[in-house]
Amino acid sequence: MTAGVRVLLFGPLRDIAGWRERMVDQAPATVSALKRLLADLDAPLGAALDSPGVKAAVDKTILPGDPTLHPGCEVAFLPPMSGG
Amino acid sequence: MVRLSSTPIDPGALLTGFLEGRRDTGAAVSFTGLVRYDDGVEALELEAYPGFTEPAIADIIAGAIERFALDDALAVHRIGRIPPGAPVVFVAVAARHRRAAFDGADYLMDYLKSRAPFWKKSHEASGARWVEPTPRDHADLARWETMETR
Repeated sequence: MTAGVRVLLFGPLRDIAGWRERMVDQAPATVSALKRLLADLDAPLGAALDSPGVKAAVDKTILPGDPTLHPGCEVAFLPPMSGG
Repeated sequence: MVRLSSTPIDPGALLTGFLEGRRDTGAAVSFTGLVRYDDGVEALELEAYPGFTEPAIADIIAGAIERFALDDALAVHRIGRIPPGAPVVFVAVAARHRRAAFDGADYLMDYLKSRAPFWKKSHEASGARWVEPTPRDHADLARWETMETR
């Protein structure tokens, strides 16, 4: 278990960012704090994460509001799903 | 049961396996979705979130089993890069009678098309583009949300 969080991007988000998976060394307190941190590093990605329909799953669960993060957790940003 | 497969799927073998050992089932319906050769499509790329996508599909299957009183249902979905002509999804349902089996398969496919957590990229001669559910897909899904169980 590390102190950081693992960030995963899906669908168009990974094309915008140019990566699929990244470790953020110090776990931000919440999903919105993580989004701000990512936006500071990459403004287009930040804008895409804030666009309508993008959901965040923490440890593979979508929770309402602004979920709290903990060291070692996994945060996935999920754009609108295409379906099968 | 749900399975994501990064290798080609064999609908005939899947159906044979699904039918084995059934006693109460009087009707089984299967559906296979293929990648079409249209609009210069060179391949479809399906991305899933392993560990998240399967439980979401399992919930869809559980909903179908309850709604249509199915004996069983199976969904196998390809992920990764899939060439035209190849199966991308296989669904089979088993029920006591045919009407529930037809409806169950229809319902499962409509929900898979719009609600399953996949991200789909179409690689075409002119470039690649991300695909979202069509208005037709949403209309197909809406049928079940307004319809009473028969």
